[in-house]
Amino acid sequence: MSSLIEQERYTCAIGALQTVVAIPRAVPVLHSGPGCGTMVSRFYTQSTGYAGGNTIPCTNSSEVEVIFGGEKRLRQVLEGTGKVIDADLQVVLTGCTADIVGDDVPEVVREFREAGRSIVHVSTAGFKSNNYVSHSNVVNAIIDQYVDVVAAKDAPRDPTLVNVFASLPFQDPFWKGNLRELKRILAGVGLRANILFGPESDGLEEWASIPQAAFNILVSPWYGLDIVRHLESKYGQSYFQFPYLPIGGNETTKFLRGVAEFADLDRKRVEAFIAREENVFYEEIQNLATFLLEFRYNLPNHFHAIHDAGYVVGFAKFLLHEVGIVPKEQFIVDGTPEEFQDAIRAELASTSSKREIPVTFDPDAGLAQEAIRLADNHGRGLLIGSGWDKLLAQDKGFDFLSAGVPSPYRLVLTTGYLGYRGGLRLVEDIYDRVLATYK
Amino acid sequence: MTTKINLDTAQVEVREARLGSVTGYAGTAAGLVGCARTGKLKDRYRTFSQCLGCSTSNAACTVILIQESAVISHGPVGCSACFHDYAFVYRVNGKHRGVENPTQRRIFSTNLDENDTVFGGTQKLADSIREVHRRVAPKVIFILTTCSSGIVGDDVEGVAAAAEEELGVPVVAIFCEGFRSRIWTSGFDAGYHGVARKLIKPPQKKQTDLVNIVNFWGADIFSDLFGRIGLRPNYLTPFATLEQLAESSEAVATVQICATLGSYLGAALEQAYGVPEIKISAPYGVLQTDRWWRELGRMTGKEAEVETLLEEERAAWLPRIAELRQKLSGKTAYVTAGASHGHAMIAVLRELSLEVQGAAVFHHDPLYDNGAESADSLQNLVQDSGDVPGYNVCNKQEFELANILNRVRPDIMLARHGGMTRWGAKYGIPTVLVGDEHFGMGYKGLVNYGERILDALENDEFVKNLEKHAITPYTKWWLEQDPYTFLQEEV
Repeated sequence: MSSLIEQERYTCAIGALQTVVAIPRAVPVLHSGPGCGTMVSRFYTQSTGYAGGNTIPCTNSSEVEVIFGGEKRLRQVLEGTGKVIDADLQVVLTGCTADIVGDDVPEVVREFREAGRSIVHVSTAGFKSNNYVSHSNVVNAIIDQYVDVVAAKDAPRDPTLVNVFASLPFQDPFWKGNLRELKRILAGVGLRANILFGPESDGLEEWASIPQAAFNILVSPWYGLDIVRHLESKYGQSYFQFPYLPIGGNETTKFLRGVAEFADLDRKRVEAFIAREENVFYEEIQNLATFLLEFRYNLPNHFHAIHDAGYVVGFAKFLLHEVGIVPKEQFIVDGTPEEFQDAIRAELASTSSKREIPVTFDPDAGLAQEAIRLADNHGRGLLIGSGWDKLLAQDKGFDFLSAGVPSPYRLVLTTGYLGYRGGLRLVEDIYDRVLATYK
Repeated sequence: MTTKINLDTAQVEVREARLGSVTGYAGTAAGLVGCARTGKLKDRYRTFSQCLGCSTSNAACTVILIQESAVISHGPVGCSACFHDYAFVYRVNGKHRGVENPTQRRIFSTNLDENDTVFGGTQKLADSIREVHRRVAPKVIFILTTCSSGIVGDDVEGVAAAAEEELGVPVVAIFCEGFRSRIWTSGFDAGYHGVARKLIKPPQKKQTDLVNIVNFWGADIFSDLFGRIGLRPNYLTPFATLEQLAESSEAVATVQICATLGSYLGAALEQAYGVPEIKISAPYGVLQTDRWWRELGRMTGKEAEVETLLEEERAAWLPRIAELRQKLSGKTAYVTAGASHGHAMIAVLRELSLEVQGAAVFHHDPLYDNGAESADSLQNLVQDSGDVPGYNVCNKQEFELANILNRVRPDIMLARHGGMTRWGAKYGIPTVLVGDEHFGMGYKGLVNYGERILDALENDEFVKNLEKHAITPYTKWWLEQDPYTFLQEEV
């Protein structure tokens, strides 16, 4: 059996070095071959953060380390890192070379930790998993080896504090915007959210307060589940899972009510916030309706998405009900493990009782493209994918929205598609592309 | 020493072993030239280091852009993570290089997992090649090896040979495992070795007007320039068709845009197929442009035509060059680039009357594969325009660059590769990234560079503002240390 992947939409386990890059004042340290860091930073865009990209220390393992072991080399680089890089947390990630050779990285890292350094190690050999999976391993390693050391574990729980695990930094190009919107809407219903990543988080202070949170929120169909399960067993925190990206009025309200019920929040306050938000949101959807109904020329009536499971389901629910673009064949390319696929299928099926939405799970996006080339749906199509898909959209005469990685045709800084505001931004972006075709 | 090209072996040795190339040196350019070929050059080693690049991505750029090809990375999915860049390059630059329909690049990964590191991944590779052939029907399939497949010891050459026989199209195994070399340009050599072994065909005839140009994806300036003297360019290898590659053996000469890039292919074409390689520095700066064209004229029997061409070029560009020299005179510059192209950039800057304060050049090859001292571009630079102070061989070690720029504070910084420019900008230094390797060539190249630099110097509001808000992840301690603190003598 081949496990071939054409047009990769994610990278290998060491790609989760970007999870560290997303933490303010943290630095990844690679014990790997010379090219791994560059491969990862060139896969993502605007991937530098505080100490990412060319700043990342690396042992650049060569034949010497492969034959004789690389522990000495790792010690050298860690000594240098402490002197050269101004960081509050160092996370050592190992690549294929170190893991095949079998270097005792935990022992080397332990020496530095015992000497007082905030340092964590995690195995991220590329052959072990992909970055969707490895993100959880990196977060859990930081929880076990850093948070657990610095946190005031006996301090009382804060009933208004919640840890949020949602968009994967960098793998989700809209992670900053999405996390910001989650923080905003959770504040609206009376919760303080630790979003943990990006300059709008409070960085390692937030990480240190993880054990004080009353509960955890996971916005994801499967990736990140290992984190909230780990926190459940480690600190006894229960978690609320919302299994796709809540985009727009219906789904964001559903998300907030779900959180409110789970955490037994003040109903009046929650409903007041929802009412205010929906008021703002649906005023714009009325404006959208006027445009859609009165535009005399051609607009997309259906769409395909090639994305991860959270986005595919989130787009389908939002675009069908709130924008009127019908989801046709959908392609989930995040390598969803089989055990989660049925639940995702069911969630997608629940989108509408009137139609079936065909969905395929396969990280080999070349096959998704083959299927879209063959698809023959009536009307003007919209393709939501990554930079790989621009040419396909062109060939099919589709509108094209670049919303996944790699993203060479679009610069994203802090745009988000999650929540009430994200839904409106998504509408703006789609019709910006559509209207740009009228010249 | 001249490399003995052997196209019967699957692999080519890495540069450290083949050319004695180094990645650590601090001193002056003349000092490096002085010790490089006398057996006194010892590589130095950084106890602290940052991410480099690896051979696999450089090998990839020599083959992904070949028309009607498919590429399989034989490794975990991350080993091909940056290859989408080349799909973009093909779309954007293909149009400027005569590719009428720049199609989707077909890029695959065998996506090796933990089991494969125990039991081997050759079956997966064989199955993948068949599926790629079904899906793409390419005219050639390239396989790029990775650290994992290399350490595990998969017989990639054997699988490729069997698949080639089964499918009837060339299946080219390229050995470019990252851990084998700290010099990522070893990947170019690996890619070209595969091309030379499998795709370049023995000459059927001689094409006396055909000249091979080993380059990246720069704009097509040579159709015009060569056309004026009765020659035709054959660009290798990006955007080439298999026919163009095959008949490169029939060319009258091979020229280098950057000998660091084309060293191995030039030598292979000469030794295996009798195509002479030009063995002097590339045409950057007036002095070298004249020499280079005259050498090409001599090799192709176009001496008279070349004199006319040079006359026309002088008339067209010298007046503007003189104006630019006046405006740029006395400005200071710092360069960071790959080896030979870095030497070229320094020559261009000096001819524009800028003062080059130093350079961080990614590695140093004492000689190229042709073994010719006349091709030593650093030696030629020093002879033409004098020593370069602060000449540092530094393979994209950003911490050293940040430290050096903080001291040197040039008026302008020039970079050839991504990832290095932001340190100029963070210090408020106007910074120019030169993406097109043809941009600075010849007389017109001096004008191109001069105007670009002038533009950057005049429009510095952006970098001046950025400087005020720059964030640095480096410690105060480090920025006060000698930049070569971590450069050690022994390996």
